[in-house]
Amino acid sequence: MADADILTIEGVCIDAKGRRGTSRIVQDVSFSIRPGEAFGLVGESGCGKSTVALAAMRYLGSGLSLTGGRILFEGRDIAAMGVSELRSLRGNRIAMVYQDPMSSLNPVMTIGRQLIEVPLLHGETDPAKARHRAITMLGEVRLPDAAAMMGRYPHQLSGGQQQRVVIAMALMAEPALLVMDEPTTGLDVTIEAAILELVRELRQKFGTSILFISHNLGTVARLCDRIGVLYAGRLVETGTIRDVFKTPAHPYTRGLLAALPDHGADTRRTGGHARLSPIEGTLNAADRARIGCAFAPRCGYVEHSICSTAPIPLVAVRSGADQVARCARLHVVATTAPARAAKPVAIAAAASTGGRLLLALDHLSKRYDLGSRFGSGSTTAVYALSDASMQARAGETLAIVGESGSGKSTLAKVVSGLIPATGGSATLNGTEIGTVAVDKRSADMRRRVQMVFQNPDATLNPSHSIEFALTRPLRQQRGLSRAQARTEVVRLMERVRLPADLLRRKPHQLSGGQRQRVAVARSLAGQPDLIIADEPVSALDVSVQAAIVNLLGELLESGELGLVLISHDLGLVRHMADWVAVMYLGRIVEYGPASQVFAGPFHPYTEALLEAAPRPDPDARAPAIVLSGSMPSPTQRLVGCVFASRCPRKLNGLCEQVPPPVHTFEQHTIACHLDLGGVVTQAS
Amino acid sequence: MTDVLPRLDAAAPDAAPILRAGQPTRWRAVFTTSPIATIGGSIILFWTLCAIFAPWITFHPPNKIDPMLIVDPYPSAAHWLGVDNLGRDMWARIVYGARTVLTVAPIAVLCAATLGSFLGLLAGYRGGWIDALIMRIGDTLLAFPKIILYLIIIAKFGASAFNIIAVIGITSAPIIARIVRAVTLDVKNRDYVAAARMRGESPLYIMLVEILPNVRGPLIVDFFLRLGYTTIAIGVLGFLGVGLPPPDPDWGGMVKETYAMLFVFPHMTLIPCFAISTLVIGFNFLATGLKEAGHDG
Repeated sequence: MADADILTIEGVCIDAKGRRGTSRIVQDVSFSIRPGEAFGLVGESGCGKSTVALAAMRYLGSGLSLTGGRILFEGRDIAAMGVSELRSLRGNRIAMVYQDPMSSLNPVMTIGRQLIEVPLLHGETDPAKARHRAITMLGEVRLPDAAAMMGRYPHQLSGGQQQRVVIAMALMAEPALLVMDEPTTGLDVTIEAAILELVRELRQKFGTSILFISHNLGTVARLCDRIGVLYAGRLVETGTIRDVFKTPAHPYTRGLLAALPDHGADTRRTGGHARLSPIEGTLNAADRARIGCAFAPRCGYVEHSICSTAPIPLVAVRSGADQVARCARLHVVATTAPARAAKPVAIAAAASTGGRLLLALDHLSKRYDLGSRFGSGSTTAVYALSDASMQARAGETLAIVGESGSGKSTLAKVVSGLIPATGGSATLNGTEIGTVAVDKRSADMRRRVQMVFQNPDATLNPSHSIEFALTRPLRQQRGLSRAQARTEVVRLMERVRLPADLLRRKPHQLSGGQRQRVAVARSLAGQPDLIIADEPVSALDVSVQAAIVNLLGELLESGELGLVLISHDLGLVRHMADWVAVMYLGRIVEYGPASQVFAGPFHPYTEALLEAAPRPDPDARAPAIVLSGSMPSPTQRLVGCVFASRCPRKLNGLCEQVPPPVHTFEQHTIACHLDLGGVVTQAS
Repeated sequence: MTDVLPRLDAAAPDAAPILRAGQPTRWRAVFTTSPIATIGGSIILFWTLCAIFAPWITFHPPNKIDPMLIVDPYPSAAHWLGVDNLGRDMWARIVYGARTVLTVAPIAVLCAATLGSFLGLLAGYRGGWIDALIMRIGDTLLAFPKIILYLIIIAKFGASAFNIIAVIGITSAPIIARIVRAVTLDVKNRDYVAAARMRGESPLYIMLVEILPNVRGPLIVDFFLRLGYTTIAIGVLGFLGVGLPPPDPDWGGMVKETYAMLFVFPHMTLIPCFAISTLVIGFNFLATGLKEAGHDG
């Protein structure tokens, strides 16, 4: 069997040598990839998944060394290969696609030259033939006008197009194995869906094996045949995608799956917020060195006399099945009900509809004037936000969804006062705030709107302790004395479920999830009415996301606070939102209560977003709608529907020229030309 | 495929560095992990100790002229480094010269750092015409050849320690302002600054409390580099005869007074040159060590 495998990784161990001795980052990882198979490697950041992939190409960076096991590529040990043999292997037989396409492409060379280079380096002698192949390959990756594309430079392409070029380049040599390291992580959902579909098609066509590395279980489920789950550098479970997703055996795999917001349409309950099940604790550096199970400190099934005393081997989950897991208590774990079914639903009793009106946006607009170019008198303007109208109530979550560039972050900044609006109004408790910059607002008004930011690395000042970060807003916004602030800080830490001994630490000593909790605590310090959370969990690992989502949900239970959630993750939105606004190119295309928005009828854009969202379900069908193209430039003032250029259901001649009418279904509104039913009011 | 071979987790990371608590440990870490910082630090420590304990480690007053000694100016038991062209004890003059340079240079650089940081913060945070004004004035100042600038100012206002500090402070400030401005431009767009603005902090608070501490790393590295440059600058001024007024010992001045006799009595010139070089190398090594230890980022 091993002879037929493209890649066999056997008991691989990788050590990192640092200033303070060596540490093992990959421990005894074994898996194999058969011809034409797609193998997904998943795990949290720092679990060693990229390191394994680099080792498979013998590309380990300085300080990293393979200290155990073998890596066989088509039956040959890559450790024994010479430099020239290795070089021809890397170009011809293995190709790699990295996360950031911009850093994989040379910015000073045209796409064409970079593509033609590949066959010329690997045996092709005729440049004309190489060029022909490059153009064909650009067509294969569905890039429009392939011949013209050859003369372009990478910066002239959008992120999705760049990634397609990188994939084309990787496939030019017709490799036996394609290693993809988070190839869609930086991309929007709709583009991600298109890229995944493309990879799926190309795989069938060329029969390439794929090693697909991702932290996103949804993308893995969509693409892969088999999956390996890594934790702290150890493979904790492998098996076919269906087995692992349907009957996860290892407690960590179960935890990961249970931590995801459910994508099923029927889980949205009325009133209260369902809780997700996060995996408690964090991965410590010390866990890597544990003799027994590395997951034991976070495991709910742990029995230290069994789990922590001896190395745990991989054992078959069921006889006959291909699924193996590294758990000493598999039988106990298996007989307990799966965590997913045991998920507590609807814990809060208080119905959260009809809270006090906090925020009302009325035709809120933001235009950036870029000024005139020298000579020409005309000015360029970016229409970042146009005619946004919506409301947020206390005790409720208003979710704003859309791709990057849809204006959702602009909206957050206008409401928070970081940039003032240029038209329309936004009122908080009846007081105008939209056109008032934050330094012009009254102290009381500033206190009422707070923000939780996306990036946990930039949300806290690295120079100040956690205590300082929390004490300052307490003293400054609530005027507390030093002693009062000290007790209040401890209360805040309790509220976000953090131990008080973290107070003296600096942000770099905290994990991403802990930092994000501190950020939530800081936003709560002034007792605000409204919290704007801009992608609060998108930079966090899955197991940590759930805890932050639960925390935000809990805050709403008092009914005093409103939440504006900005997110591109429809799973999260479906889980949390009471009201949803879907934005595209600075405009709201659909708005209404979450239950109605997700029940349909849909705006074609909403429909595309829903289709594109990756689901952690291997049996989910392929998306029926895959959007092509990219968002038009926001410098144009479009007359018709903003979505017309990408809409799969466009009515030619109508959509581009005429502003879409608004369909109203109870409280749910859709701006579209299609006959969706409902009461139609002509747009202004 | 099932792995049944039991393996021992051999590679346990001994004392995994997870917690770094505060500044002192980091400074200690710089010296323990970077040999170059240790060498630089030792040289600086040597000259600092010399400067502090000057009266106790010298046996002749630095300005005492003794023409009789010029007969045999070379190093001897009584005069460790010999005497100079006027028969003054070289060891005493070098050690007292260290006093001069190690007071004037740090004060000058501190002045430059204070002025430069303030201007850089203001330019970076405020932007617009304030930024343009500050940076253009700085550029103009930097466009002048420094030595000529020194000569003009000191010729006009006279040679004194205060004037040297002022001239070095003013001419170095634009470079520091540029460093601080670059970091400020980056840091002011971070979310924690937005959070500070949203709770209504004053611009001064944001500049001094939220931004300035994050400039600390590059600023410290630059501080030591600049001490090296300033040591050279003070030497050059002394050599050109516009340094500290004689007869007080000044390394640059010592070179100037004796270089005509370089081939007759080389020690009179080379010893102060060596003193200047070691101190500059010491500052540069320490700066490099700090940079390696990640103090600039």
